[in-house]
Amino acid sequence: MARTMASTRLTLPPLLIRFLVIAGLVGLWEIASGSGWINAFTAPAPSSVWKGFEKIVAEGGLGEAMAITFATALMSAAIGAVFGIASGYILHIWKAAGEAYTSWLAALASAPLVLLYPLFLVIFGRNMWTIVAMGALGCTPPIALKAKEGLDGVKPVLLNVGRTFNLTPKQQFWMIMFPASLPSIFTGIRIGLLFAIINVVGVEFLVNVGGLGQLIANLGDRFDYPQMYAGIFFVILVSVAFFWITEKLEKWLLSNT
Amino acid sequence: MADVKQAPVLRLKDVAKTFVTPHGNVRAVEPVTLDIRQGEFISIIGPSGCGKSTLMNIVGGLIEDYEGSVEVDGIQVRGCHKEVGMVFQEESAFPWRTALNNVTFPMEAAGITKEERVQRAMELLHLVGLDGFENRFPAELSGGMRQRIAIARTLAFRPRILLMDEPFAALDEQTRLLLGDKVLQIQQELNQTTMLITHNIAEAVQLSDRVLIMSFRPGRIKRVVEIDLPHPRSSKMMGGERFGQLVAAIWEDLREEASKGLQELERVRG
Ligand SMILES: Nc1ncnc2c1ncn2[C@@H]1O[C@H](COP(=O)(O)OP(=O)(O)OP(=O)(O)O)[C@@H](O)[C@H]1O
Ligand SMILES: [Mg+2]
Repeated sequence: MARTMASTRLTLPPLLIRFLVIAGLVGLWEIASGSGWINAFTAPAPSSVWKGFEKIVAEGGLGEAMAITFATALMSAAIGAVFGIASGYILHIWKAAGEAYTSWLAALASAPLVLLYPLFLVIFGRNMWTIVAMGALGCTPPIALKAKEGLDGVKPVLLNVGRTFNLTPKQQFWMIMFPASLPSIFTGIRIGLLFAIINVVGVEFLVNVGGLGQLIANLGDRFDYPQMYAGIFFVILVSVAFFWITEKLEKWLLSNT
Repeated sequence: MADVKQAPVLRLKDVAKTFVTPHGNVRAVEPVTLDIRQGEFISIIGPSGCGKSTLMNIVGGLIEDYEGSVEVDGIQVRGCHKEVGMVFQEESAFPWRTALNNVTFPMEAAGITKEERVQRAMELLHLVGLDGFENRFPAELSGGMRQRIAIARTLAFRPRILLMDEPFAALDEQTRLLLGDKVLQIQQELNQTTMLITHNIAEAVQLSDRVLIMSFRPGRIKRVVEIDLPHPRSSKMMGGERFGQLVAAIWEDLREEASKGLQELERVRG
């Protein structure tokens, strides 16, 4: 089994490569920061960020902040799912509206809706409802798009089966259309949840209310950069974990319904 | 099924259909008039695109905009009817339901108790030879098994009139023969009136009381062949002399229509 260097490098499992790259970057940063190439105050070394992390876990209320952010994001996503599925359904049923608005909805899904926060601040005040509303706003367009896509894609023959069994319109929806488009709706909810987290953390940061976003804003105001970076990396990590969990959950749910 | 009704169970009067499309009108079915007796098994055979599925969709109530009339038990109907069940040409098992829950589906919609649904569904799954596969999802089964789920599901609806659009097309020859026997046995037991669409001449002869030969598009009934083979039928008769004669007679008629289809295909390509 003679292998050349090149092929050995290529056959490294992707997972290992992923971590090697991250480890390399962290190492480089540690060296750069420690040797003074970059400003250790505004960009503290990974080792001090880690200490910062230990500190916000112990006394900075990271756990509590995370719980608040999660609860807010989930509530936003739930509201977004209701509005999103309903609008997806309307766009599916009402063909003219579907044609007129679908591309706008796609544009809306990729627009930085987070910038609308002053409007919601005026409506709801500086409290968690502004954040919930902003989260819901962010995840409604992708959920609506995916719901419409799923409903449009239901095979006509499946609907015909329902018709020949004399299903009522309500049964036709809940027993055929909904389950048939569930895979697509799940994908929409998954994307929606991520959009909700982004918006929730963003608005928490901007209006200084709530969970992780506020925590990071406060640490920044106090110029406590090691802890602030620890918070930021934690949010990224949590988002990745969230994405991964919902992906698994989706697979599990689809094979169990 | 003691009372055999004299009036035909199913009567088509000048049923015709033209599809209006952006590319022009397509005359799919020329006026078809047909009486089908209670318990009769008829097959419709004809070249591809001659309007067989269209005719069946009209009878099943899926196409409501057509010329002529369809009567069930002497009463004109339009739209889906509780006496009529359909098995489709395309794959139609619900991928999100297990085999068992596919079969319980029409009973669920009709509000039958769970206990009874499951019991009846298990019987039907046994009937189509799917014992032991109750809890499998369609994706885990073969194409032929999925089609058997669809057949069992339609039978669970207990239709007096059963319409089947090439239900065996996806099956291998052996399974096709055995399942054909099975369907015939069920049909005899329940005295179901059955209309089967097929491309397979031997299958039509094996199963039917009458075979309707449809012409090339626009479809009209070109000839009706009475199948005078004795009952009960089975695939074992396929070697017989009379069987061979009937197949040959039908092929004679069908050949002409099929070659028209082929010619058109060549014209379109050339
Ligand atoms: N919804 C529709 N709109 C327009 N034309 C249609 C539609 N459905 C069927 N047709 C046309 O009507 C004709 C008959 O179609 P049909 O599906 O009934 O044929 P078929 O005999 O079932 O063919 P096959 O044996 O291939 O299934 C075809 O020319 C087809 O293109
Ligand atoms: Mg067809």
